[in-house]
Amino acid sequence: MATKQQANWSPYDNNGGTCVAIAGADYCVIAADTRMSTGYSILTRDYSKISKLADKCVMASSGFQADVKALQKNLAARHLIYQHQHNKQMSCPAMAQLLSNTLYYKRFFPYYAFNVLGGLDNEGKGCVFTYDAVGSYERVGYSSQGSGSTLIMPVLDNQLKSPSPLLLPAVDAVTPLSESEAVDMVKDVFASAAERDIYTGDKVEIVIVNAGGIRREYTDLRKD
Amino acid sequence: MFRNQYDTDVTTWSPAGRLFQVEYAMEAVKQGSAAIGLRSKSHVVLASVNKANSELSSHQRKIFKVDDHIGVAIAGLTADGRVLSRYLRSECINYSFVYESPLPVGRLVVQLADKAQVCTQRSWKRPYGVGLLVAGLDESGAHLYYNCPSGNYFEYQAFAIGSRSQAAKTYLERKFETFANCSREDLIRDALFAIKETLQGEKLTSSICTVAILGIGEPFQIIDQQTIQQLIDSLEIREEAGEPSAAMQEDRSPEAAPMEI
Repeated sequence: MATKQQANWSPYDNNGGTCVAIAGADYCVIAADTRMSTGYSILTRDYSKISKLADKCVMASSGFQADVKALQKNLAARHLIYQHQHNKQMSCPAMAQLLSNTLYYKRFFPYYAFNVLGGLDNEGKGCVFTYDAVGSYERVGYSSQGSGSTLIMPVLDNQLKSPSPLLLPAVDAVTPLSESEAVDMVKDVFASAAERDIYTGDKVEIVIVNAGGIRREYTDLRKD
Repeated sequence: MFRNQYDTDVTTWSPAGRLFQVEYAMEAVKQGSAAIGLRSKSHVVLASVNKANSELSSHQRKIFKVDDHIGVAIAGLTADGRVLSRYLRSECINYSFVYESPLPVGRLVVQLADKAQVCTQRSWKRPYGVGLLVAGLDESGAHLYYNCPSGNYFEYQAFAIGSRSQAAKTYLERKFETFANCSREDLIRDALFAIKETLQGEKLTSSICTVAILGIGEPFQIIDQQTIQQLIDSLEIREEAGEPSAAMQEDRSPEAAPMEI
């Protein structure tokens, strides 16, 4: 029996890494580790997976960083066009829809990118949108994507999960945490993920979006 | 220019070697409301007179940001100007995407000129009816270009286009040698003076003009109305300070009259 023909080359590579985002009442925290790997090797310990798409909108993406870079450039160009036409910045929900459309556009040769989008919505409340590789997205109170997401997500669920969405009246999606509590939570979950996930480590880059603008912090992680 | 048998389409030469359709397109630029540009070593200022169709309508936008380091002011068919601005913006975005650096102005104006030339050599097209003053910054400093409907482009220290632009050009010709080392504020003041010349008596207020500036370390921005009004007011104060001396000269002239006989 003839065996099925297999590809001898893949257009994709997985550079690993983990991304997390948490939405608050008037802030949003977006974080990602700075390790870039391939196979069992480290390519660099100092790579940013986070990109500022608009004034109040930040995206963190894990997966194949070449595709991530192309996606970021694409969105930045589309944002410029929007600003020329509308004379204002794109809102976070608008950018969320644009990202979804951009991903689905390549439904049959996808961007190997696992994204979390975070920022402030039109009312100034924190918002987080989580995506799969082909653009399926949902607004949530918190999310994680990437190699460490299976380790981080259950912890966030335990700490932050709002009661059942079947409850009426509907409960707010944002967390009751303060900004500094959310940042501490992010540091803790990354430290935990770095313990067992070999692709997560080196440093965490934490970006905080609030009414005052955008702030950036770094914390060290295990380097092994 | 009179109606003649060689001006029906752009692909017909006249016996004198002229393309009348292209020249008529340049007429459209002369009929539009004024736009001026001037540059120093480090900054370029664009200013335009905003005509409104009636008191009820809003003013037309004639100055467009193309990129952080490039802006344009237009005169003529503003619809054509909008379309060309969209083209210029698109070119800048595409260049930045590929080369991760800003498109040099000199290249952009050549692309624009070539695009205009195409419309002078196709029987199914018409020339763009708009003149563009392109202000831009690149590694060699600040630049100001003028792109015609004919597909020609020229670099200028200062220039004015549109109706009554000759008055502004006369003013600019008098003062252009001082522009190179002008301060940012003086450059804006000179632009406002030039605009004033085109108004010929009409009062200059911030609601009928738009001023934009770009320079080294300063991305393109349209200056807000309040700042412009303050500058206009300060210009008028300077002018009033100049009036007493003019009045004194008038007093002296009756004394001069007997000698003239």
